[in-house]
Amino acid sequence: MTTDERHSSRVAFDVNGGRRELTLDNRTTLLDALRERLGLIGAKKGCDHGQCGSCTVLLDGRRVKSCLVFAVTLDGRSVVSVEGLGGPDELSPLQAAFVAHDAFQCGYCTPGQLCSARGMLDEVTRGWPSAVTDDLTAPAELTDAEIRERMAGNLCRCAAYPHIVAAIQETAATR
Amino acid sequence: MTTGAVGRAYPRLEGREKVTGTARYAVEYPVDGVTYGWAVPSAVVRGRITRIDAAPALALPGVLAVLHHGNAPRLAPGPEPDLWLLQEPAVHYRGQFVAVVVATSLEAAREGARLVQIDYDAGPHSTVLTADHPGLYRPDQVNPSYPTDTAEGDFDAGYAAAPVRMDATYRTPAYHNNPMEPHATTAQWRDGRLLVHDSNQGAVAVKAALAELFELPRESVRVITQHVGGGFGSKGYPKAAVVLAALAARQVDRPVRLALTRQQLFGPVGYRTPTIQRVRLAADADGRLTAICHDSITQTSTIREFAEQVAVYTRSMYAAPHRRTTHRLVRLDVPTPFWMRAPGECPGAYALESAMDELASAVGIDPVELRIRNDPAVDPELGRPFTSRNLVGCLRDGARRFGWADRDPEPRARRDGRWLIGTGVAGSSYPARARASAAAATARPDGRFLIRIDATDIGTGARTALWQVAADALGVPPERVEIQIGDSDLPPAGVAGGSMGTSSWSWAVIRACEALRDRLRETPGGVPPDGEVTAEVSTADEVREQPALPRYAYGAHFAEVRVDVDTGEVRVNRMLGVFAAGRVVNPTTARSQLIGGMTMGISMALHEEGVLDERYGDWVNHDLATYHITGCADVERIEAYWLDEQDSELNPAGVKGIGEIGIVGTAAAITNAVHHATGVRIRDLPIRLDKLIGLSPLA
Repeated sequence: MTTDERHSSRVAFDVNGGRRELTLDNRTTLLDALRERLGLIGAKKGCDHGQCGSCTVLLDGRRVKSCLVFAVTLDGRSVVSVEGLGGPDELSPLQAAFVAHDAFQCGYCTPGQLCSARGMLDEVTRGWPSAVTDDLTAPAELTDAEIRERMAGNLCRCAAYPHIVAAIQETAATR
Repeated sequence: MTTGAVGRAYPRLEGREKVTGTARYAVEYPVDGVTYGWAVPSAVVRGRITRIDAAPALALPGVLAVLHHGNAPRLAPGPEPDLWLLQEPAVHYRGQFVAVVVATSLEAAREGARLVQIDYDAGPHSTVLTADHPGLYRPDQVNPSYPTDTAEGDFDAGYAAAPVRMDATYRTPAYHNNPMEPHATTAQWRDGRLLVHDSNQGAVAVKAALAELFELPRESVRVITQHVGGGFGSKGYPKAAVVLAALAARQVDRPVRLALTRQQLFGPVGYRTPTIQRVRLAADADGRLTAICHDSITQTSTIREFAEQVAVYTRSMYAAPHRRTTHRLVRLDVPTPFWMRAPGECPGAYALESAMDELASAVGIDPVELRIRNDPAVDPELGRPFTSRNLVGCLRDGARRFGWADRDPEPRARRDGRWLIGTGVAGSSYPARARASAAAATARPDGRFLIRIDATDIGTGARTALWQVAADALGVPPERVEIQIGDSDLPPAGVAGGSMGTSSWSWAVIRACEALRDRLRETPGGVPPDGEVTAEVSTADEVREQPALPRYAYGAHFAEVRVDVDTGEVRVNRMLGVFAAGRVVNPTTARSQLIGGMTMGISMALHEEGVLDERYGDWVNHDLATYHITGCADVERIEAYWLDEQDSELNPAGVKGIGEIGIVGTAAAITNAVHHATGVRIRDLPIRLDKLIGLSPLA
């Protein structure tokens, strides 16, 4: 990798539980660091502008669009991508529910949907309201309308939306 | 007695890979020494490049090359002028790719693309479709090979004589396919051979185009397409990305990954043409149609002709003795339009199914009943019976499931607080076709079987469906079958498009399995312990000899909407579709495709609109923040059902195809529901707030 030495930085952060140290071009996004430097292709590039959600990962437990995060800002931080949720032989309940409910077709937005759903469920657990929450002081309820609203930042052109909602609902009910 | 795999709801074979980030798409394969290409679009609409200064880009660390018409490898002029890239200084539309920067990192390639200095000699342009454009002409035929105009009886006389007449013009804007995965390619040259991992809907055409452009024997090109992040038509034919990547890889003699940006997907890869459609219907007092006319106006580019078959839907949908359809086209300084989910039928059905609703209001007949009353006994133009036609069954079943019977036809009759509620219906139809394909079936000594076919799974579930079909054709449990697709080294198969993937591919797979079983019967002692037995077949002769009969899938869409009386906000409470599409191989993946098509129809009705600014000759809303598509919050209740339909005149699997029919008619069901809710008839999509606020005494 040819990088201009004057415009690169050394950065160390956790990825899916393991420490990674990289010298990165300062312009490198977290998305490109994952995909092009670490070989973690789960996070997808759908728009590179934070408009589609395909690149969603968890940063210190909160969902972020990794195309909008410069990797050099992440020293000491912790990233979980879809690969960190579970592998092909050890699917997490959320991943298994996505398969069972056919919550995807082409699969390109799916890693982002999964990371977003994971982060969203934690937000609900913490009682964070959404734009459709009626009572801002009561514990957040996970209705279908709440899930639809909270997942609205992850586009799916195949439109597996109702199956995504069902998969998340099932996961939430059983955990 | 059905004990086979077909008809059962299996999860997708590649499901685990897709939910764990291990499914590899086009630019995700590990490649030693990989470099990155970044395409540079033209900044003018029409003109010539007079100077390119690559020096500022080449001065950047990591930039290896800047390709343009002055230095790019030469391509043979092929049959597809849109692919003859970086060969000439002429610019035909804004956004046409005029250079590619190759660098050792994405960051350097992107920065380099910004620094390439290009001067143009630009001329005047015309980029807006109008009904009276001086360039309108009559194409020789429309896609794929339909007659441009048709006429039976005497439309003018029939129309003039009828007691009830309806004449309306409907408009649809440009739509952009926007698969989540952009068009993307990894290209590598090795010893004069070209290997591409490419995102497409059919590797056969990609291989053929690359061989022709680079003047290679076809066996020197390999196209691998394991997973595709959607296409919706836009990847149905090779597009710029694969050609630019191959050119760049040859220039720098290193592998190149090149993905188009989201902004670059609004034009150079095709889009659905805007349409202007005039529909005239005439009926007697009982609502029986006496005359139908559908006149379509669409656009193409100056590069080549693309004539969308917009009025073809009307040729077979409803009966009437006097009928006419026409298509006119104008060449504009725009990118060439291309396929987008149900090209022709989708915009055409919006117009005709809206007009039917207007006619139903005019004659005071329920719009479901009006359609049933005008269901033709034979194909109105061919005069032949349909191989199966269950539009009426879909309408009746849908009406029952939806609870249509109690509907008050009066607009603005239902209100719930601030919401006006309305319901609408539309018919739907899409041709059931098949193309020639080849496939191979292999028996192994351990009792397992291998199916090989260069089919493409763009998210349809093709891999899983063919695996199920093969198991039944072999008479074994599917667990004993392995399937390989998505590699041009496999037996060639047709495009994943036109709703004919499963029909075409399953035909070849079934014939290969039958041939293998014959061969095994003739093999004394069965499969040798150290060998295998293979049968490979092509359906070319069989498909060619199939009699030309009217073969269509049908459907009926029912929609319930609510419209805010103050803001005009439209929400779709419920969508319900019933389809008659032959045999359903996998109910799980079939339902996903049907609701996916229906949702894209909601998107067409409410959200999508390419807004072109004539000053710049380009769409101004060319990203996903400004070109809106339906999101999770927009889909509240959506249901897809299908009728049990047997049709022996289709193909061995008895399937009609389900990829496109879900979007045909959907937008009309929604605009019809909006009319029922508000009394406002939307004849130009999308249904924007301002169209309802300005036109309706809502509050």
